[in-house]
Parts: sequence; C-alpha cells; structure tokens
Amino acid sequence: MAAFETGSPAVPGWEHFEHIADVGVRGYGHTLGQAFEMAALAMLSVITDTSTVRARETVRITCEAPNSEFLLADWLNAIVFEMATRKLLFSRFEVTIEDNHLEGVATGEPIDVTRHQPAAEVKGATLSELRVSRSTDNYWLAQCIVDV
Amino acid sequence: MDINNFSRISETCWRIEPSGKMRVPALIHASESLLCDMDDKVREQLVNVTTLPGIVGAAHAMPDAHWGYGFPIGGVAAFDADQGGVISAGGVGFDISCGVRTHLTGLPLAEFEARRRPLTEALFRNIPAGIGSRGDIHLDQQGMEEMLAGGAAWALSEGYGETADLEFIEDNGCATAARPACVSRRARQRQQHEMGTLGSGNHYLEIQEITAIHDQEAAGVFGLVRGECVVTIHCGSRGLGHQIGTEFLRDMAVSAGDYDIALPDRELACAPVISETGQNYIGAMRSAINCALANRQIIGHLMRNVFRRFWPGLELPLLFDVSHNTCKPERHNVNGKEKLLYVHRKGATRAFGPGHDSIPRKYRATGQPVLIGGSMGTESWVLAGMDSSEKTAFSSACHGAGRSMSRNQARKRWQGRQVVEHLAGRGITVRSPSMRGVAEEAPGAYKDVSEVVMASERAGLARRVARLRPVICIKG
Repeated sequence: MAAFETGSPAVPGWEHFEHIADVGVRGYGHTLGQAFEMAALAMLSVITDTSTVRARETVRITCEAPNSEFLLADWLNAIVFEMATRKLLFSRFEVTIEDNHLEGVATGEPIDVTRHQPAAEVKGATLSELRVSRSTDNYWLAQCIVDV
Repeated sequence: MDINNFSRISETCWRIEPSGKMRVPALIHASESLLCDMDDKVREQLVNVTTLPGIVGAAHAMPDAHWGYGFPIGGVAAFDADQGGVISAGGVGFDISCGVRTHLTGLPLAEFEARRRPLTEALFRNIPAGIGSRGDIHLDQQGMEEMLAGGAAWALSEGYGETADLEFIEDNGCATAARPACVSRRARQRQQHEMGTLGSGNHYLEIQEITAIHDQEAAGVFGLVRGECVVTIHCGSRGLGHQIGTEFLRDMAVSAGDYDIALPDRELACAPVISETGQNYIGAMRSAINCALANRQIIGHLMRNVFRRFWPGLELPLLFDVSHNTCKPERHNVNGKEKLLYVHRKGATRAFGPGHDSIPRKYRATGQPVLIGGSMGTESWVLAGMDSSEKTAFSSACHGAGRSMSRNQARKRWQGRQVVEHLAGRGITVRSPSMRGVAEEAPGAYKDVSEVVMASERAGLARRVARLRPVICIKG
C-alpha cells in the first residue's frame, strides 16, 4: 500500500469521482475499516439519497481476501449481493478489519420505490481504479469504480 | 483524444502500430469528430487489450467506444485458443449478454396515439422495471438448471412466447454447451425471483415509430414500414450475469500470475481458453447468455399479453434479438485461413454479412439485423450486416449512442420531472419508477447516435436500414 498525498478531504467522509459510463466511489477514514464504511456509503449514494433510508434491519457480512484491495471489492460486492437478494437499501455500516479478514454490519430497510427513488442499480464493484492506501497525514483512502 | 497518436488508414479507420508489449495493432473505427470526442482512456484501454496472449489481427474499437473498465466499451478482440489465446471476464463485462430485441407491430402511429395513456400504464404495471422489482416467476432448483441450459427455448417450453420466435434470436435462442454446474449458488440466488424483469439504468421497453427508411429492399425483408411502430426491449442477464462477472473477474485477476499472464490492468482479468478457469468461465458465461435470452423472451411475452388486450389477436412477430456483451466462438478468415476464434464484444454487436449461415434464412441474402439503441429522447436504428464487416472488425458493429456525460453531471443538470415534461411536449411518453433515474438517463447525457451509425456505415461495419423514434418508453 503506497502512501498518497492529496488535498485535505473531510475525514471520515466519502465522494464520487467521475467516470463517463459508471461511477467512482471513494471513502476516507481514520482507520481502514472506517474508509471501507465510507466507500460503502458512497456506493449506496449512487443508488439513492441515503438520508431517506431508515435503520430498521441489520445484515452481517464477512469477507476474506488476499490483500486489502481485493477485500474492498469483496466487501462492496457482498453489499450488492445482500441488497439484491433481500431487496434492501442500507444507510449505515460498521466494519472491523484484521489481517485481511473483514467483519461488517450493514443497516437499512426494505426498498420503498416511492420514498427512496432508487436510480441505477449497482451491478458490481470493478477492479478498475481500485486502490486502498494510507496518507502521509495518517488517514485511509479506499476507492474503486462500480458498474451501474 | 489527440488524433496525432494515430495513422489514418481511411476516412473512418485510425491505427496505432504495435510497439512495446503490443502484439497486434489497435484500430478505432470512427469519424474524425467522434474520435476527437473520445476520451484518451479509450486508446489506453484498447492498447492494453493488444497485449493479451493469443490476440489475433487487431484490437478494435467501434464508433460509439467510450472509457470502460479493462476493455473499452465498444471493444472487439478475437483470440486463438491454439496460440495461448485467452478468455476475459473483463472483456465481456458484468451484464453478460445484455442486448436488444425488436418486435414488429404492423400498426401505424395513430393506433398508439389513440391508446397512449392506458397502454403506457398497462405496460408499466405488467413489466417489472427498476430496482427492487420482482417478477411473477420464482425458479426452483430444477427450473433454474433448465433455464441456464435452455435459454429462450426453455422460456418457450414454459409457455413464454411462440415457436417462431426462436429462429429470430441469435444462436436460435440457446447458447450451446452452457454448463450450469459452473454457476455459483450466489449467482442463482440473485436470479431466483428476477426472471422477466427489465432492470434499471439504461434498460427499457420502448414503442418506436419508424420515421425513415434508408434501404428499401432490406426494410422490406425485415418487415419495416415507414409510419408503423415497433417494440424494442433492452436488458440483460440481471443479477445472475452480474454475479458471474463479479466472481470470475476476481478469480481471473488473482490467478493470472499462475498462467504467466502479466495484466496491464487488473480489470483485463483473463485466463487461457484452454485452462480450468477459462473453461469454467465459458460454461458459466454461456449459462448467463441463456439467462439473458430467456429473460428477453419472457418480457416479449409479457408485452404481447398487454398488447393483445388492446388489439386482440395481434401477432407481434420478432424481428430479431441480438446481444452486445458476449464472447462467442466463431469461424473467421485469418490470412486466408479459416480459424476458430473466441470473439469478445463488450458493448459491440455481432453483425454478420449476407450469406452467413448463422443468419435466419429469411434474412440470409440481406445480412443480419443489427439493433442499435439510442437515448429515450432521440432515435434508435435498425442496421444490416455487411460483407466488409468480416474483414474490417470480425463482423462487429456499434451498439448504441454511448454516454457523453456522467450520471452525476446529468443529475446536477436536469430534474427527472422536467425531462419527462419536456419529452411529453415532443410526443414521447416516459414512465419510470424513479425520477432520479430519468434525470440520469436524460437524452442530453448521450452522444448523437445518428453520427455513430453513419460512421458504422462508412466504416463498412453495418449499413443503415431504418431510423426509429421513441413514442412510449418504460424505463427501468
């Protein structure tokens, strides 16, 4: 994981970065786990305004990967899977990571089309622009492009 | 994109000579203005494709090419398994076998004008669209197995559609040698309740008026008459294809080193065709193709049921059903010799010229119908395959308009309701569960599809037969 230097993002926080056909999701955090939580929020914000999603149901997610970048892709893809099969949207995430093993909790509620106005479905997290790194200021960044 | 990076071979062909790790040249087929507007990433991604083992001829980009991930969208590349050629999950994409099907109505626009509102509502109610929607079909284990092996033929055996449909679907509605055993439990789980659903994003069901005929003879053979309407469906393999894409992309990226493949971009994840991973992916991908073909067959059936409430007994024959995210084994002429190649088309349409034995007999002398989707406010096209397409780009053509603006930019610029009202003023009814989705799909966020099809024709990829304009659009 290389160190990086950028401006000073809000930490913790998330943002989208531009891609013509798809969308880049990026999370920042004081810990690796927090950056993953923020990246997940960035992905949910591709679909809906997460402030409309109430915290009523909780799903536990576990992932393991050869490195932290594949772990990020696995985490986001696990969320896509849970949303698709349970017909849920999420607005809150908690993540702890140790030795490329992730324990996560996603909280949200069943999709309500009228209230949530979900736009494009995320088909999956790609390996494009996939990056997990630590800044010289000691905060974490986790990003990739998601296919919509 | 800087055109000085290319040598111009013809009015519509731009070439990058092999250098460094490139095994073959990279060719972009486009007009000068389309090329100038393309992101430089298209060139970069196409050059990366040329470095993959076993690539044959050249890596091609279609006139609607844009920045994808791994392969550019609009990328075409063929690989020879005997020369260590690869199959790439990144070269097919997440929405395996996403494609377009068009049915003829034989009815003039006035028939739709008279029933615009109730017909729109009935279609919207009966064709599940958007995130979170579920179909009425719930597959058990055996049903899933049969669907994955049988494609549209399975759907037909379940009562969806008509026997005559199969002949007018690519590969007669079934990808042979699919291996459902290679499809994971999670992929099946995602599909269990999603058969017969449109999905979201740029997927749609549209009633379109034929506004211009450019090739009378071909239009006659295809059954296209100016002033009449057709119904076009654009969707893919839904959750099952997305999950297969996700899983194999990761497997191939992790295992590339085992096969001594140096990936210039992880998203180009691939494996030799002759390898366990490669064969497993081919088996799973073909199952996903069958899922997409079955899905469009079911939606076609649901559409017919709605139409027949308004016009009892209406036939609605299928013009054609063709995919634009696939990898298929095909025979192509390479340096005077016929070879079996694995042709990847990611956001590109197969476009066989006249005489090809894969084309339905009815169209054989004309060339394969090539269905091109535009945005909901502009136009779509029916093209026909040309002889020259084989030599130019392994019988491939463009697939759509392509975005010119990101979803975030589009949402900042337009509001869904405004877009709907503006289009209503132009005689286009849009119905969607999500106004945010409509804003992101605003026509202004797409390139001019007419320039794309014109370039396709000039490049000898596919010729223009008919122009279509949207009348009613059910948006996912």
